Amino acid sequence: MAVTQETQSVLSKESTLEMYWTMLLARRLDERAWVLHRQGKIAFHISGIGHEAAQVGAAFALRRGSDWFVPYYRDLALMLALGMTPTEFMLGLLGKKDEPNSGARQMPSHWSLRRANVVSHSSPVSTQTTHAAGIGLAMKLKGDGGVVLTSVGEGGTSQGEWYEGVNWAAIHKLPVIFFVENNSYAISVRQDLQMGVGSVADKAKGLGLVGVSVDGLDVQEVYRVVREAANRAHSGEGPTLVEARVNRMTPHSSDDDDRTYRSKEELEVMKRDDPLTHFKDRLIKDGLMDQDQADAMDERAKKAVNEATKQAEEAPYPSDEEATYPVYVEDVRHG
Amino acid sequence: MATKVIMPQLGESVVEGTVTRWLKQPGDDVQEFEPLVEINTDKVDTEVPSPASGVVLKVYVKEGETVEAGRLLAVIGKAGEAAPEAPDGATQKVKADSTQPAKAKPAQAEPAQSSSAQPGRSKDLGFISPVVARMASEHQLDLSLIEGTGRGGRITKKDVQAYIEKGGAAAPAVAPWEEPASGELFRPSEEVFGPASGWRGDGGKGTPGEIEPLGPVRKAIADHMLRSKHTSPHVTTVMEADLSRVVAHRQAHKAEFEREGVRLTFSAYFAAAAVQALKAVPIANASLTEGGIQYHGQVNLGMAVSLGEDGLIVPVIKNADQLSLRGLASALEDLAGRARARQLQPDEVQGGTFTITNHGVSGSLFATPIINQPQSGILGVGAIQKRVVVVESQTPGGDRTDGIAIRPMVYLTLTFDHRIMDGAIGDAFLGHVVKTLETWG
Amino acid sequence: MAEITLIEGLRQAMDEELARDDNVFIVGEDVGPRGGVFRATMGLFEKYGAERVMDSPLAELSIVGVGIGAALYGMRPICEIQFADFIHPAFNQIVSEAAKMCYRSNGDWTVPMVIRAPYGGGIGGGLYHSQSVESFFAHVPGLKVVIPSTPYDAKGLLKSAVRDPNPVMVFEPKKGYRLIKGDVPEDEEVLVPLGKAKVTRKGTDLSVFAYGMMHHYCLEAAETLAEEGVQVEVVDLRTLLPLDKAAVLESVRKTGKALVVYEDNLTCGYGAEIAAIVADEGFAFLDAPVKRLAGPDVPAMPYSHPLQDWFMLNPEKIAAAMRDLAAY
Repeated sequence: MAVTQETQSVLSKESTLEMYWTMLLARRLDERAWVLHRQGKIAFHISGIGHEAAQVGAAFALRRGSDWFVPYYRDLALMLALGMTPTEFMLGLLGKKDEPNSGARQMPSHWSLRRANVVSHSSPVSTQTTHAAGIGLAMKLKGDGGVVLTSVGEGGTSQGEWYEGVNWAAIHKLPVIFFVENNSYAISVRQDLQMGVGSVADKAKGLGLVGVSVDGLDVQEVYRVVREAANRAHSGEGPTLVEARVNRMTPHSSDDDDRTYRSKEELEVMKRDDPLTHFKDRLIKDGLMDQDQADAMDERAKKAVNEATKQAEEAPYPSDEEATYPVYVEDVRHG
Repeated sequence: MATKVIMPQLGESVVEGTVTRWLKQPGDDVQEFEPLVEINTDKVDTEVPSPASGVVLKVYVKEGETVEAGRLLAVIGKAGEAAPEAPDGATQKVKADSTQPAKAKPAQAEPAQSSSAQPGRSKDLGFISPVVARMASEHQLDLSLIEGTGRGGRITKKDVQAYIEKGGAAAPAVAPWEEPASGELFRPSEEVFGPASGWRGDGGKGTPGEIEPLGPVRKAIADHMLRSKHTSPHVTTVMEADLSRVVAHRQAHKAEFEREGVRLTFSAYFAAAAVQALKAVPIANASLTEGGIQYHGQVNLGMAVSLGEDGLIVPVIKNADQLSLRGLASALEDLAGRARARQLQPDEVQGGTFTITNHGVSGSLFATPIINQPQSGILGVGAIQKRVVVVESQTPGGDRTDGIAIRPMVYLTLTFDHRIMDGAIGDAFLGHVVKTLETWG
Repeated sequence: MAEITLIEGLRQAMDEELARDDNVFIVGEDVGPRGGVFRATMGLFEKYGAERVMDSPLAELSIVGVGIGAALYGMRPICEIQFADFIHPAFNQIVSEAAKMCYRSNGDWTVPMVIRAPYGGGIGGGLYHSQSVESFFAHVPGLKVVIPSTPYDAKGLLKSAVRDPNPVMVFEPKKGYRLIKGDVPEDEEVLVPLGKAKVTRKGTDLSVFAYGMMHHYCLEAAETLAEEGVQVEVVDLRTLLPLDKAAVLESVRKTGKALVVYEDNLTCGYGAEIAAIVADEGFAFLDAPVKRLAGPDVPAMPYSHPLQDWFMLNPEKIAAAMRDLAAY
């Protein structure tokens, strides 16, 4: 998939529509993953429904293909924006041999894509924050002029590791964007039991970097804020903490039961704030798209999801032998 | 090749679910992933999305029926395709590849209630016209939410259009994540994919050193047998019967029964004899309850049917005492056939007052069957064997003399509950059966 | 040839690698102008500057985590943890991240980094400056673990570790930093391969396997036993993971008796693995039970001098164990 290198602060019509397409594709793939789980075909899915605008806005604001990314497990839309294909996602869901993130060694949605400079991340939350600081450090030492974005949920900002990574980046004014997708819930624990501050962005002041809070349901707003953060990084002013306020429209993961901690009314309110429908309505209202084009995209998305599912279902599982390597770099087999 | 729809296992300890509502009827088109049926368990209410696109060929489980996880719910295929029988029984696990070859058996007539082609008559909604069905499918509408203004309350095309325009189409069936799951974030893989050997395709049956868990049917049988032995003191009495007259009768009437579409088997004779004995010795057709002995008015005769590796099942002939030999033969054939095809209705395996088990078909001479609780006796029929017997006859001079003859003989065993029957009574019953058989015709 | 201390061997290794490869840099607490609390990086800050010899905040976790990030980007960090006792906050990064990165990304992402830390007691350090932690990490596939005991091996193993594309833990016996001296050639590259043990004293009557300071004590004890007519073969393991199993078994085949010596707590210490391997794969050659001599199973090394002596192994205790085994 061709990567856009746009750097102007206002996106072209093509790029704007591409943002919508990416959000739509992410949504449909995600929905399909839930269906597959309910059919008993996959063991696990962790969803990004409700986060799409924040992730796509952020990805489009950076130089996809040359900047670096250290994401977390809800970042499906981000990964699609960076060039991961629907089939690659489906292969990961089903644990098939050729899935690019890990060759089926990791659980689904544990991203890694060398060709897009997406670093492999694990399950312990916030271990990636210090990695991002290290990448920013190396970028600065080498004078490459790159930017690294790392994402995490608001719960992840409670980990000591998160503070250590942010602190390090602030000390050395590293070109890092600490992107926090705040959906108010760490599984079942609400924000007021997660932090003493009212907004994650408030933590920045205590650590010595710029902190911005943005409406994560508005893809174009997120784009604007992350562009500013990228500029700040490029000019040597250092890191930015961007808090994108989003909604987690699904339970935490496929076996979670959120009825025990969320009310029906709350869920109804979230449904009305769907970033996908809001963006679609705005595009139609602004004349960038009409209903027929929207329907055509819907059809395209459905086809893409069906095709990806089919390909992944037909793909082979890894053999037992594949579990034995690569323990060390010496054991790596490629191709 | 038809695709099976299986009752999924939703949650760690959920072993069964109840079909609450079929969203599609046999004959309806369905898209892959479209919601097909609503099921309820005590942990979760959810919809089962269709595993394939096509036409719903057959539905095997009624609304309101509770079945175990893995059970065949429906089959989806091409329009006009024959609906296969359920080939592998009730214990089939969910597999990613759900297409399997059906056993070679002609398709049976579909149950009357769901035989309409699409669009057809739906229970509560009145007549659903083709265009209404299509719009409902396209927009994922719940038709029960739409008010019908057509004749007789029928939902018209205009009704559907108005509903959609009012934004009704935006609130259809719930998304899969809106019916949350068990709440335990990780479940044993065996729950999702079946036992380790199963989902990878190797047999894994009877592997030395491995422990194979009991399927639901086997477990039910095991529990029942153990409970029965713990409930009743079992005593078995044995007699033999000379079936010469039965054989002769059968020879003489077989063809005539055949012409009327009834297969006359030996089982019918044993059933008839047992029924008469039950009427003559009513305590054998009774149950011991907390209050005392309950004499059953009617004779509901159960006939045990072997399902091979999958265990056994006991369909019941209700009011067997009101049936003639022909009636019994016909009922036996029908029930046995449907038992083997796993197509018995729940009420057809309930309410029995006495049971016959024919272990003779597998070669056993006689056996000591276990009482089918809460009944008080069970008649075992052994293999019919030509044996040499001593027969008494009279010489022309009037003297009694012993001779040897070859007769078709059978051992009959009665296991009875010694709490309410003693040996004498048990023998009276069994003797009655023998006499009926030996004096047939 | 020059006689240098063990810590000088480490310093030279880092100096040479910094000079050789621009991607190499050192990060840790007080490594810059202070030259490290043990002077392991003495003079390097002045020579290479703040970007190559970097003082870190007091945050072991991020010393490793940030190091991992830099390594992912292609650099070769040498992360210093001031005392092995303080490595525990970084355990998550080492075990969950560094060790598993290559495996979990199917080789797409690798972590070519060194984590070095002084370990071991006998320096009046009490519970939190004396710990042995090697067994925690030798247990983790994906890591490599080396423990040098001589200046030559310290220099050679650290240089090799920097050049290894995997995450390598280097535990340095701090008691031997200045105590252990040895010859190191001045005009040739000193490289010791990972994964190779060394027989430092040949013998026929029993084999003793050790590493770090214990290796030196074993050599001393072997001297004593030689005077008593017992020839002890001493093997310095040098790399704990991957272990040079062949060398271990070859020695046992020769002598028929094995004694494993380690300073760490006895239970589940690294030597337990050696004992298991010998008992399993060397069984046919054993003439006596496999013996372990190790630190006592108390939470850590006490501070008070006599108590520290009680905890620590020494040549006398080791000689007694050797004598015992030789007499079996």
